[in-house]
Amino acid sequence: MIGGARAILRKDLLIELRTKESVPAMVLFSVTVYVLFHFGLDRDSLDGELASGVLWVTLLLAAVIGVSRLFAAEREQGGVDGLLLAPVDRTSLFVAKAAALFLFLSAVELVAVPAFALLLLGPGLGGALPELLVILVLANVGVAAVGALVAALAAETRARELIVPLLLLPLLVPLLIACAQATEPLMRQDAGPEDLGRWLGLLSLYDVVFVLLSVAVFDFLLED
Amino acid sequence: MYSKGLVPLAAASVVTITTAFTLVFFYAPLDADQGFVQKIFYIHVPMAIVALCGFVAGGWFAIRHLRSGERSWDMRSYVAIHLSIILGLAVLVTGAIWAKASWGHWWLWDEPVLVSFLVVFLLYCVYYPLRFSIEDPDRQARYSSVFAITAGAFVPLNFIAVRLAEKYTHPRVLSQTGGSMPGEMRLTFLVALLGVALLFVTLWKLELTAKHASMQLKRLRNRARVAA
Amino acid sequence: MPALPLDEAGKYVAAAYVVFVALILIYVAIIGAKIARIERQITELVEDDE
Repeated sequence: MIGGARAILRKDLLIELRTKESVPAMVLFSVTVYVLFHFGLDRDSLDGELASGVLWVTLLLAAVIGVSRLFAAEREQGGVDGLLLAPVDRTSLFVAKAAALFLFLSAVELVAVPAFALLLLGPGLGGALPELLVILVLANVGVAAVGALVAALAAETRARELIVPLLLLPLLVPLLIACAQATEPLMRQDAGPEDLGRWLGLLSLYDVVFVLLSVAVFDFLLED
Repeated sequence: MYSKGLVPLAAASVVTITTAFTLVFFYAPLDADQGFVQKIFYIHVPMAIVALCGFVAGGWFAIRHLRSGERSWDMRSYVAIHLSIILGLAVLVTGAIWAKASWGHWWLWDEPVLVSFLVVFLLYCVYYPLRFSIEDPDRQARYSSVFAITAGAFVPLNFIAVRLAEKYTHPRVLSQTGGSMPGEMRLTFLVALLGVALLFVTLWKLELTAKHASMQLKRLRNRARVAA
Repeated sequence: MPALPLDEAGKYVAAAYVVFVALILIYVAIIGAKIARIERQITELVEDDE
């Protein structure tokens, strides 16, 4: 299982490195949304709950792009059939796709979070970096699990580009609540974690539930 | 046969709902803080509870479908979710009316149950475009079941998250369902809850009967076409 | 906020119960349309057979 997952993941990363389709688009999208928020809110710098809300909403909207492109290579070249003919079980396919999404999201955040700090954030991020890193990793696990599931659910429908955002965004509401609430105290002038344990607990619960759930139901998708 | 027990069920729902409405307006005492407006509680909360149970039941039927591969379980899941969405719409509208009457605003974001319900409702609304944009009937049933299970697991998680996000909790009637509700109010509420639940099961069976009848008819027509 | 007087509150309570009844009636109408279609198709089938 691990071998199969690794092979698919390597293929996805190679395609992304060669075509540079998802990650640069997601980064570009995030920066564009920051600009939109700057004008929409008419503010030069943000802090506290406004800052954490803008950051997380932007990152989750960018994730929608990644999720809707997740099965693009297979779809365009009829690769799903090829993958399913190969002796690879559905669980490895899920693990590979979720891992690819996790890496894409991390790569995007590597640029998009510093860009946010540079463009919009009032107080510096320096002191709160370790906490923010933990939140980002836990959030990426959750988005990757839910995203791979949603991408597979939408892959066979006619209205794919409609289904992905409509399905993904409500499913991410608990994750957004936890991330935005956990990040909010880190982005205040008097920065310092507050209630961090509660929100990390909620995030971990979300991750565990959706990873287990996705593994359990993924067998019934993409099958024929 | 899906129509088995439909008549007694329908009769029981009529009797229970009539009794419940009579109790609401002639028996239950006026609420000390909210007065007459609190009567909305007896229709709003039972509908919300039944709708959430319907969503969870839809997930349960979906699990049965994926386990057994029988299309009839997918149909049960679909009808349960369909009915719960309709009830959900009624829950949101009656909730807004209640909020307007007792707090002066049509919508309250610091009302965790109502807000969670909105998120759940928005998610389940995607069930229709997802289901009906898949042509192959087997695949449609399978994908719909995966959605029903995912969304069913999402319901409690979302309630926990929204509840945690509340900075302060409103003193309100809902919390009274816990224990401090006077006996007459509690009895009225329970009868109303039973009535809405019976109505839900009746309509669920009714729609399943109609669906089954039209599927049987389709088989008969195909047979007639082959014969001709 | 003090409780609304009965003539004000009555409207809201009535509205909430009307929403409930109206949705049930709409639902019954939808099922009715479905049954009407089944009936029409059965009639066609019987007429073709004769």
